[in-house]
Amino acid sequence: MDFELTDEQKMLSETVTRYIAETYEFSKREHALRGDEGWSREAYAGLAEMGLLGLPFAEEDGGFGGGGVEMMLIMEAIGRGLMVEPYFATVVLAGGVLRHGASAAQRAGIVPGLVAGEHILALAHDEAGIARHTLAVRTTARETGGGWTLDGAKIAVIHGQSADTLIVSATTGQGLGLFLVDARAEGVSIEGARGYDGVPVASVRLSGMTVGADALIGTAGDGEAILDKVFDEARAALAAEAVGAMAETFDITVDYLKTRQQFGVAIGSFQALQHRAVDMLMQLELSRSMAVLAALSLGGEVDQRRRNIAAAKAQIGKSGRIVGQEAVQMHGAIGITAEYKVGHAFKRLTAIDALLGDRDHHLARLAAMGGVYAAA
Amino acid sequence: MNLDFTPEEIAFRDEVRAFFREALPDDLRRKMIDREHLEKDDTVRWQRILNARGWAVTHWPVQYGGQAWTPAQRYIFQEEMALAHAPEGSPFNVNMIGPVLCRFGTDEQKARFLAATANLDIWWCQGFSEPGAGSDLASLKTSAVRDGDHYVLNGQKIWTTQAQHADWMFGLFRTDNSGRKQQGISFLLLDMGTPGITVRPIETIDGGHDANEVFFDDVRVPVANLVGEEGKGWDVAKHLLGSERSGIARIGLSKERLSQLRSLERRLADDGTLTTAEQQRLAFKLAEVEVELRALELTQLRVVSADAHGGGANAAASILKVKGTEMQQRMTELVLELAGPAGLATAAHGAPGDPDQGWIAAAAPFYFTMRKVSIFGGSNEIQKNIIAKTMLGL
Repeated sequence: MDFELTDEQKMLSETVTRYIAETYEFSKREHALRGDEGWSREAYAGLAEMGLLGLPFAEEDGGFGGGGVEMMLIMEAIGRGLMVEPYFATVVLAGGVLRHGASAAQRAGIVPGLVAGEHILALAHDEAGIARHTLAVRTTARETGGGWTLDGAKIAVIHGQSADTLIVSATTGQGLGLFLVDARAEGVSIEGARGYDGVPVASVRLSGMTVGADALIGTAGDGEAILDKVFDEARAALAAEAVGAMAETFDITVDYLKTRQQFGVAIGSFQALQHRAVDMLMQLELSRSMAVLAALSLGGEVDQRRRNIAAAKAQIGKSGRIVGQEAVQMHGAIGITAEYKVGHAFKRLTAIDALLGDRDHHLARLAAMGGVYAAA
Repeated sequence: MNLDFTPEEIAFRDEVRAFFREALPDDLRRKMIDREHLEKDDTVRWQRILNARGWAVTHWPVQYGGQAWTPAQRYIFQEEMALAHAPEGSPFNVNMIGPVLCRFGTDEQKARFLAATANLDIWWCQGFSEPGAGSDLASLKTSAVRDGDHYVLNGQKIWTTQAQHADWMFGLFRTDNSGRKQQGISFLLLDMGTPGITVRPIETIDGGHDANEVFFDDVRVPVANLVGEEGKGWDVAKHLLGSERSGIARIGLSKERLSQLRSLERRLADDGTLTTAEQQRLAFKLAEVEVELRALELTQLRVVSADAHGGGANAAASILKVKGTEMQQRMTELVLELAGPAGLATAAHGAPGDPDQGWIAAAAPFYFTMRKVSIFGGSNEIQKNIIAKTMLGL
């Protein structure tokens, strides 16, 4: 049992955190949000140059073979910077599908561009009117003339509008299938929107659009198993991102408590506010522990992985809400102005809870699994 | 990073587990499971069993009977002790006065007290709290006035846990009124049989008697019983209150309670006491509390790991006391909810053939008595003040 980072991991964490702090200050983020795409190609290229996009991919695919802990460190830094660039959409979600399901030929066609930051991918899975945060979909894929015909509608596709390639989940008759879809192909229509957290989302409609047999990832029934794994990895990544956003929020708030004067003293001298700051710290540390647990559980036994990830997601949902709400409250009116970072961190933390199962969803999952601790 | 214990740690855990299984007397285990109040003799008997194995005072320096265990070993030992339903030894002997004497005691005091303290031949109580002082411990007033080779004590202590059993008291007394209130406090050891000491019981809301008032009326204590320097008792007390970090959140206790909670839940679901809707709500609540326990457990392990790497104080350690006590209280609250109206009758301890009966009967007293854990040892509010000041710089 050991929670120390290796020297390499420490260096990775420090380098990435410093890089994002230096190159992605809050005004740059705001500028990126106002651009056509809602994010910065330049900032994303910077992550690519540091080798971060290739981190989880195998060395033979042009990656670095990084694991859950390395991903945690990067996502925490991204969370601190509130980066809206498509790292999560492309590397974690879509990239996860490629790593766990795609053939060598499919990977060879996509991963080099992805690692270079030139190829943007998005995972199109969620649908309206269907049990959320589950693997169920209504979108269909019919086998036609050596390929597949896709019909359906997807919502909340993160970075869908900027994607060059979509990975679409659909029922195949033999189970859930995952398909590589050129975002500009005929039969694909994409309508973009801005998420309240700044991260663009899109609705995607597929109308009789056809893909070749080589678009299928794995076999026609592999989708569930692949997404099950990818979603748990993505939840672990979100937990780490939430820790970064909470840590940044907490630091800014404590700083504010020390500098903001009222009634002739720093407001941090008031016990009511001190105790609330300590409560924020506790939530941050509990979340950090769970982000670590989630990262370390990814390679482990499946039942334990599911319990630990669900517990981590439930914890950060609660903690993110507490930290975000308290930070805004303690800043007073400053906390609700759009030009101040804390409010944006609050919004990202809120969005993270909503993604891939909120607190209640995961508590219900845990209840169904008989709890966090497997029965002895 | 690695979540697993090493093979050596697992072997250690198995050794500890086997010891608790064999060495803990059945009647004591039963009392612990049923949350019955332990008699003085129960605690003495068990501490002597532990001491014979060399495990009563494991975090003392080795020369005084401690074990040179790693933080992980200490954590494992604590967790296994709780999971085995084994009582802890007397905290006043093991965690408080023992380490203080190891550090500040004279050679004479060490020779006289340490072995007897480890073996619970001397039962200690702690005389810190006073009426009107509360969390503002340094405002204590009970005076110790020097008279030749003696101090003469006058005043009153309160909330003195188990003073009715105690052979000796260690306490803080005011030897000087002139400077800052933290100065002028001295740390003294006194024989409870000394003339002028009166112990009066305080009944608490759980119906039990642990707490007492202790009155001092011209009580003469030899100057040789001063620990550390006169007027420097505050430093000694601070050392005493600096808790052991490896077990501070008491995860093992909460885990043990959780498993009893789960078994009680199954039983009440099976016999029809709980409706389906109640079962569902309860399963959700249990998941909630387990998530927090898991988060706290990992936080505790992070601190254990940091200690093993020579890490000093970190933010994670500070949350353990506050969250750990909140968690223990939450467990007792859930048990009481689960017991429902059956928990109203509190006298049905150890009903034969019904393993859960004692547990249900103890639900209410246990819930009420556990309200104290967030009050004693520096209330959780005081803990937050300390964290705000020392860690956040507020």
